[in-house]
Amino acid sequence: MAAINITNVSKIYAGGVEAVKSVSIDIADGEFIVLGGPSGCGKSTLLRMVAGLEAISQGTVEIGDRVINDVEPAERDIAMVFQNYALYPHMTVYNNLAYGLKNRGTPKAEIDARVAEAARMLEIEQYLTRKPRALSGGQRQRVAMGRAIVRKPAAFLFDEPLSNLDAKLRVTMRGEIKQLQKRLGTTSLYVTHDQLEAMTLADRLVVLNGGRIEQIGRPLDVYHTPASTFVASFIGSPAMNLLRATREGGRLHFGSQVLESDRLSALPTELTIGIRAEDLRVARAGEQSLAMKVDYIEELGAQRLVHGRLDGKKLTAALSPEIELSDTIALTIAPSRLHFFDVTTGKRLAKALDGLGGRREVASTLEAAIG
Amino acid sequence: MYRTKFFDHLILLSGVFIMVGPLLVALMTSSHEAADIHRNGLSILPGGHFIETYETVLTREGGFTGKITGLRMMMNSLILGLGFAAGKILLSMLAAYALVYFRFRFATVTFWMIFTTLLLPLEVRILPSYEVMNSLHLTNTYTGLIVPLLASATGTFYFRQFFKSIPDELLEAARIDGAGPFKFFVDVIVPLSKTMMAAIFIIMFVYGWNQYLWPTLMTTDEGFFTLVRGIKQILLVWVGSNIPDYNEAFALAILAMLPPVMIVMIFQRWFIKGLTESDK
Repeated sequence: MAAINITNVSKIYAGGVEAVKSVSIDIADGEFIVLGGPSGCGKSTLLRMVAGLEAISQGTVEIGDRVINDVEPAERDIAMVFQNYALYPHMTVYNNLAYGLKNRGTPKAEIDARVAEAARMLEIEQYLTRKPRALSGGQRQRVAMGRAIVRKPAAFLFDEPLSNLDAKLRVTMRGEIKQLQKRLGTTSLYVTHDQLEAMTLADRLVVLNGGRIEQIGRPLDVYHTPASTFVASFIGSPAMNLLRATREGGRLHFGSQVLESDRLSALPTELTIGIRAEDLRVARAGEQSLAMKVDYIEELGAQRLVHGRLDGKKLTAALSPEIELSDTIALTIAPSRLHFFDVTTGKRLAKALDGLGGRREVASTLEAAIG
Repeated sequence: MYRTKFFDHLILLSGVFIMVGPLLVALMTSSHEAADIHRNGLSILPGGHFIETYETVLTREGGFTGKITGLRMMMNSLILGLGFAAGKILLSMLAAYALVYFRFRFATVTFWMIFTTLLLPLEVRILPSYEVMNSLHLTNTYTGLIVPLLASATGTFYFRQFFKSIPDELLEAARIDGAGPFKFFVDVIVPLSKTMMAAIFIIMFVYGWNQYLWPTLMTTDEGFFTLVRGIKQILLVWVGSNIPDYNEAFALAILAMLPPVMIVMIFQRWFIKGLTESDK
């Protein structure tokens, strides 16, 4: 167990392409860090640099107090779980688990004990004599985890380990990974493009975009205060609605639709407004509202996603299924729940938000003021 | 479902007849006496001298020096076939391993150079190869017989394609598990290549077994004669005063055919797997 310090790490490929741009993350001992982002954002490259499978072009990676830039992967005291499991197809499950230990010259008795322990933990004891091809996807995933656990490494590295599983199994395994990591207390670095995995697993979440860190924070902080439109659209499902708006005094104009609040004056006149689908609700009579033309509806059971248009621009609202729907619905949102972003940079307008508050009490007074 | 009809069977039967017929004739004719064959020609019915002929062929000492037996020739053919196949597999696996897993300068160029030699048959380089072996004083040795033929573009190519289909993550997992290049080769690559090795083994064994020109050139000592050469020798040696020993020639031909057939039959399951399997 150890802390991992990633300092100004860059990856520059031979062709001059910069896949990771001066990334710094300090990971505390035992912390579960999720690297999230769309494909091509550099998250896997970063993980592979920590693993030692890619050379580090610039910067340093420390595991414990040791700079491991030039250390062989096997000597880095890490274990990795791959997306396609990468089990040795010709070896039994037992040998898959034991291979790394054997190569290290671990005594036979200890290998047996460690494999037995890991197998018990992952409930794969009855499969130890089987070959990977005789296992289901979920079982293979467990074996891959087992191979990481038996090593008792300083850090686990996960490279989209659940992407090859079906949706149901993914949820189960997600829970198990989380529990296991808590129980073992091993520092973990987990790469995923799935925002749900990112939200549910992470102690802290790192959102990467184009090789740069967009935001680091606890999942709920990232969800509630996304640092940019990029993070806003990546975290949360359905993705946050982003609408262009102009401000005149205390009025926000979305095309012909208008929202009013007396606290908007600190904002620039052109801005991007972020609205979470789940923050929208149907307006009561007399409340100010935005009129949305309904295009189609997705029923999720507990929720109903209503996709429509606000003055020609796409908008999605998550509403309770009990609500009667017509072709046009009047929606409203507490102004405190609005997110404001710069039109050109996409960065969150922090000052304006402070003024409006993310806090409940401010929200309710504001709502009262508007109502 | 399609129901087989009489005509379908007819096609298959005629195919079998065309392919197996000559073999049967050779087998049957070999059980007659040479004089009978000379008088009556080929025969499809068994004669009475089956065991006799084969015993003679296998054990009688013949040739110019009167020392070479059929068994000895069979041994030589086996040594050539096995050495040839095993050597080719070893060499081409190592070459392919280097080409696929090591990043060195001109790797691609090297591969294409190896690949282009596919286009050159052995006969093109047979004189220089002979010259090299001759100046190393390796004529009339098994080494001289086998080593110059070991470099195999075909084998290297097949193994390269096969290694490329092995997921990279396996290498990465092995690296994290502390396996160096040699360990990875022995512990992962070789076991995974088993079916591929079997397939290449069959092809190369049969190819080596059937070599004629190269052994003819390399070995003048009859102690190194292979079966394939022996057949011709029988027909040549006695021409003149005697009737050629047709029966023995046929018997040798049948014997020469047996080991490759057996190898193919034994390995065919792996052979097909090796050529078709893509599940790694």
